Amino acid sequence: MLKTFRIGGVHPKENKMSASAPIEVMEHPKRAVVPVSQHLGVPATALVKKGDFVKTGQMIAKGEAFISANVHSPFTGKVFRVEETLDSTGFRRMAIIIDVEPDNWMEGIDLSSDLKREIDLSPEEIVKKIHESGIVGMGGATFPTHVKYMVPEGKKVEYLIINGVECEPYLTSDHRLMLEKGEEMMIGIAILMKGLKVNKCIIGVENNKPDAIAHLKDIASKYQGISVEALKVQYPQGGEKQLIDAVLRRQVPAGKLPLDVGCVVNNVGTCFAVYEAVQKNKPLIERIVTVTGKPVKKPSNFMVRIGTPVDMLLAKAEADVEASGKIINGGPMMGKALVTTDVPVTKGTSGILLMAKAESNRNEEQNCIRCSKCTTVCPQGLEPHLLKILGKRMDAEACEVERIMDCIECGSCVYTCPAQIPLLDYIRIGKAKTGAMIRNRSRK
Amino acid sequence: MDSGIITALITLSAIGAVAAVVLYFIAQKFKVIEDPRIDDVTDALPGANCGGCGYAGCRAFAEAMVKEGTMEGFFCPVGGNDLMKSLSPLLGVEAVEKKPQIAVLRCNGSVKNSPAKYSYDGPNNCTFTHTLSSGEGGCMYGCLGGGECVDACDFDAMYMDPETGLPVVKDNCVACNACVLACPRDLLELRNRGPKDKRIFVACMNQEKGGPAKKNCSVACIGCAACFKVCPHDAITMNNNLAYIDYEKCTLCRKCVEVCPTDAIHEINFKPRPPKAEVPKKEPVKKAVVVEEGAAPAPKPAKAPRTESVEVAVEKPKAASEASDKKEENSSENQNNNQ
Amino acid sequence: MSLLVVSGSPHVHGDLSTKKIMWGVVYAMIPALLVSFYFFGMGAVKVVLVSVVASLFFEWVITKYLLKQKPQISDGSALITGILLAFNVPSNLPVWIIIMGALVAIGIGKMSFGGLGKNPFNPALVGRVFLLISFPVQMTSWPTPIPMFKAPMLDAITGPTPLGVVKEGLRNGESMETVMSQVPDYVNLLLGNNAGSLGEVSALALLLGGLYMLFRKIITWHIPFSYLATVLIFSGILWLVDPNAYVNPLFHLVTGGMMLGIFFMATDMVTSPMTPVGQIIFGVGVGLLTIIIRVWAAYPEGVSFAILIMNAAVPLLNKIKPKRFGEIVKA
Ligand code: SF4
Ligand code: SF4
Repeated sequence: MLKTFRIGGVHPKENKMSASAPIEVMEHPKRAVVPVSQHLGVPATALVKKGDFVKTGQMIAKGEAFISANVHSPFTGKVFRVEETLDSTGFRRMAIIIDVEPDNWMEGIDLSSDLKREIDLSPEEIVKKIHESGIVGMGGATFPTHVKYMVPEGKKVEYLIINGVECEPYLTSDHRLMLEKGEEMMIGIAILMKGLKVNKCIIGVENNKPDAIAHLKDIASKYQGISVEALKVQYPQGGEKQLIDAVLRRQVPAGKLPLDVGCVVNNVGTCFAVYEAVQKNKPLIERIVTVTGKPVKKPSNFMVRIGTPVDMLLAKAEADVEASGKIINGGPMMGKALVTTDVPVTKGTSGILLMAKAESNRNEEQNCIRCSKCTTVCPQGLEPHLLKILGKRMDAEACEVERIMDCIECGSCVYTCPAQIPLLDYIRIGKAKTGAMIRNRSRK
Repeated sequence: MDSGIITALITLSAIGAVAAVVLYFIAQKFKVIEDPRIDDVTDALPGANCGGCGYAGCRAFAEAMVKEGTMEGFFCPVGGNDLMKSLSPLLGVEAVEKKPQIAVLRCNGSVKNSPAKYSYDGPNNCTFTHTLSSGEGGCMYGCLGGGECVDACDFDAMYMDPETGLPVVKDNCVACNACVLACPRDLLELRNRGPKDKRIFVACMNQEKGGPAKKNCSVACIGCAACFKVCPHDAITMNNNLAYIDYEKCTLCRKCVEVCPTDAIHEINFKPRPPKAEVPKKEPVKKAVVVEEGAAPAPKPAKAPRTESVEVAVEKPKAASEASDKKEENSSENQNNNQ
Repeated sequence: MSLLVVSGSPHVHGDLSTKKIMWGVVYAMIPALLVSFYFFGMGAVKVVLVSVVASLFFEWVITKYLLKQKPQISDGSALITGILLAFNVPSNLPVWIIIMGALVAIGIGKMSFGGLGKNPFNPALVGRVFLLISFPVQMTSWPTPIPMFKAPMLDAITGPTPLGVVKEGLRNGESMETVMSQVPDYVNLLLGNNAGSLGEVSALALLLGGLYMLFRKIITWHIPFSYLATVLIFSGILWLVDPNAYVNPLFHLVTGGMMLGIFFMATDMVTSPMTPVGQIIFGVGVGLLTIIIRVWAAYPEGVSFAILIMNAAVPLLNKIKPKRFGEIVKA
């Protein structure tokens, strides 16, 4: 029996159309837009101003707060402007706009493609390097990685868990990365293990990627303490808490962190970025992006520099934007719908998914038939049908009692609901109100 | 037969007597001794339990007032100054006067002024749309049209205008602050009521530079500072590309309204201006319409939903009755707009 | 370019829908329907048709003109109520009584609470109990089955249901053996060759439908299993205590509306608890009440009353919370 997490879960149609498309390197745009806030937490402060000349790999914004991340220039060129631009949700955020010229790399960056296996840095230096290189969680949550590695006194870490699950339908960027950059990734894992001072690591991969599992098992046999665990396909296995439950049978209690059960979880993309940063001295300036969906003629995986406009990716993948009604940043279950395609790729863009017009709009909402299917599939053991009512009523106190803040917004309940109720939308209302109430309370 | 009736009578009276004694002692034991003034004050209060005073209801407000023994810092917006004055003999302290206020909506991003940049599909709820994206109009500061403020209003002083997709504050607003707290974008503000409920304010909260602001919405404040320069009373301040009129300093002279290039400054309940010969191309008259007491403020031009083509503006003052009728239909219609 | 659609995640939906679930239930009822047609002939066809048409009609009229909503009769829920109601009445019931039953089932049982998903009681059972109390004579004169092609032209002969026979016999002090000799044997009971309402007759056909629903994951095992187990265990204990006073548990299982109740009425999503634990308690409760009513109360059949009583307890059972993530820390 393959392992999986123990509560709830659904199995959406996988639709991994781009799984066999090798990673292609994307051309450079004429003008790149690099937001200063591509991570969870406090936005970084821009270090450059209009007219400055920046080199590829130069730090252009510094994350000064504890939960923040540095931003490096992905291109060489003159800063055209530092101003607010549209982000994918239609809000305006500060960004550095660069007129791109041919690459002129910062000194000290190793551009060769040779594998470098020896890890010279000490654990402290590794964490420092990760911090400097602006590495964030590449799975989409974009939590600054170095914060996870600053283990507070008294907490003991036993396991490093690597997330190669890619449970979102359609997306294949992690899959391709494991296949094509497996060696580098594995060195990245070894670096992270050294940084964390642990000697056990489990890579969780869902069973729908047998090639990746075989490949990784092959490489892992050369390393001490790294094992690959094939997992049953089940959404949302890529959720941090669900993954820990699946591989270790440990459940992170509500309101606690993976650290409390002795784990740190990282995405495979992050491991690759760590390899590049530590061994090659190359900060996080590019990532793999899947462009896929029914209106896309050539579903592809691209190696893209941060700041490249999404429009360019769509053109290269021969996407029919006219025929699509909805464009999503990320996967179909947790991704955010784009307001416009005139936005740049950021550190958290794992994929661009186009939906055909017919599948873009929601079905009509009907009465709840109390089938309790939402309760059955909720991986957090919540009662979405109840939370929906309370959320709609904006009853923050009752929401809190029903543990609305435990919801990981995975969308399994909406996916299942036979009455087509957008439960999660209402739950988000409740979460917003409850969160505000809790914040008010702690302020008092 | 007889004995049955007698037994029944005796048992029942005995039960009754015992229960009465028990009840009497319980009532004695749990008696709460209260200041009788609390009841008096509570009775005098409007009893709306709206929370506009900052307390959990009229009684809590009365309790707090009696306990503190002062009326300073206590104000019931529903009853207003008259009520507070009438309470002062009850409490034996001086009432503190407060200027009457009214809520205003600082946004005019109606479906026509700020056409849809995308089509939203989901529940019509401000809190949710706010977390999801900028709102259909594309302005991240503007009104989302979900009507959370209208829901929060206990006094029937607000309604959603189905034509503009914006809420409208009626003159019977009691300034209880509920809508201000409800709006996730802080678009509502309590301002002093001028004579005859007149008010002038900047109906925009957009802090973007002129270009992007104007691109999203034709009536946005573009931060040109024309009003700032023209104001003779220093009532206008400029901050983050946005003008703000201080209602304490403003004398309702209407000078700023004339100079605003985007008509972002609203004047409500003013007499229509005599058409001025020297500035024929500019017609600030547009928004200044006299309305009867309790009527809706300056009418918004009629228009189609955001997602459809724009119609020509039609101007007609709305009567109060019409306004309240509208309230019924608008919720459903508004939903349709967003589907 | 036309405007992009923006909505909250998730952006895909599984292919489950209310319609699919409801139609799944309808398919599951087909074997039992066919069996009832076979044993009760045209009478059964008439009852089912009238009941279904009346239910659909009332649903449509009430949603459209009273609730002023868009009628949703294609979702199949009124169809299910109609068939279930027909399953619960004798095949020789006059048409006007059936129509009244449908009106009460849809109008009072369902729509007065706000329509699909809001009713606390199973609408078909509300209709049936209303009929049982208002028209006790018509509702308890059960035609004995005359297979369709054997004697289609004969007027139906009425007789008591096996449960009625047993109850009456035991009350009159007859011995268990004499009583049992008056009812059909298990094979006939299983197939449905006995007197009773349409859906009460063939335990086998109902079982088939129930298994189909379990297979399609329309219902979960919790309620049917706990209900069934409770009935067997509780009546088994009684039987072991005194086999002369109490009937065999198997007899309880294959007679009356037991199978119908187990698979089709207790499992009704709208009126059963939401969590697995709640569902098990619900099943146990219905099982106990059924046997209590069958053995000691005035009516020979207790399934519908038992389910209705437990329906009323559902809001309470919904206070039982599912197991939250994080509560099982150790493996
Ligand atoms: S979105 Fe929240 S409530 Fe819905 S299934 Fe996921 S965790 Fe449960
Ligand atoms: S899945 Fe949908 S219909 Fe079923 S109980 Fe949950 S909300 Fe209601």
